[in-house]
Amino acid sequence: MTHAFYVALSYAASGIVVAVLVGWTLLDGRAQQRALKELEAAGIRRRSAARDQAEKKA
Amino acid sequence: MSEPIPAIKKFSDLANPTIFLGLTARIVPFLAVATALMFAFGLYLAFTTEGDYQQGETVRIMYVHVPAAWLSMMCYSIMAASALGTLVWRHPLADVSAKAAAPLGAGFTFLALVTGSLWGKPMWGTWWEWDARLTSVFVLFLMYLGLMALTRALDDPAKSARVAAVLILIGFVNIPIIKFSVEWWNTLHQPASVMRMDGSAIDGEFLRPLLVMAGAFTLLFFTLHFLAIRNEIWRRRVSAQRRLAARMANRES
Repeated sequence: MTHAFYVALSYAASGIVVAVLVGWTLLDGRAQQRALKELEAAGIRRRSAARDQAEKKA
Repeated sequence: MSEPIPAIKKFSDLANPTIFLGLTARIVPFLAVATALMFAFGLYLAFTTEGDYQQGETVRIMYVHVPAAWLSMMCYSIMAASALGTLVWRHPLADVSAKAAAPLGAGFTFLALVTGSLWGKPMWGTWWEWDARLTSVFVLFLMYLGLMALTRALDDPAKSARVAAVLILIGFVNIPIIKFSVEWWNTLHQPASVMRMDGSAIDGEFLRPLLVMAGAFTLLFFTLHFLAIRNEIWRRRVSAQRRLAARMANRES
């Protein structure tokens, strides 16, 4: 096998690992954001968020 | 997040998750663009500079292998600092930071092992050797996996935080072992050549792409670490709100 083969394989492996890390982080963020929105739609809010709003009204 | 962002007046304000989320939303776009530009420049240098007179083209593997290996140790050091934050100052985000860093560390350590193996085959004639440097990095990889399992095994993050922090600090002994393994023992791996007391032993032709790629990988790490901390804060809010919802449902019934 030529040297170029090992170089290409190394950069391909790097691309895959970086893509998996970036993809996983972004998808995880999206999933948590969706869960928070669903909870908010169901009327469940953070206690501190509810307090902030109450303070604003007062 | 649509919540207003409170101002950061002192360092300890960063302990407030809402302030941290605001900071992340502001910093991450810049970090992401800087990472992309640095990678573009680094990859350009990596493939336009000359090959080595002895190693030929395979020297280009160094531009991904060395940054990945450097990040594998930096990430663990950040986790150790976070562990101190958990145990000494009880900083509320320290445990979140350590937990969020572990998968990133595992990813970069895995990459260092794979690219090292792909460099070892044509240069040393072997994919793997159980010598000091390679074995200690493999142990680091296993530690990352163990810490990931531990922090995800317990439902209550407050409980797992202290156990994980103690384990992280015990495991930190491996970092100097990795760094100095090439000097303390006979190993196939070459000794340090960039960070040395008597200056770098690498020619500028190879040092330039190496440093740019190391910068790009480091920026990538911090971008992902910020995002992963943000995700973990959100995850804890989701589980806290689900518990709250369950309590409210109980009361109503």
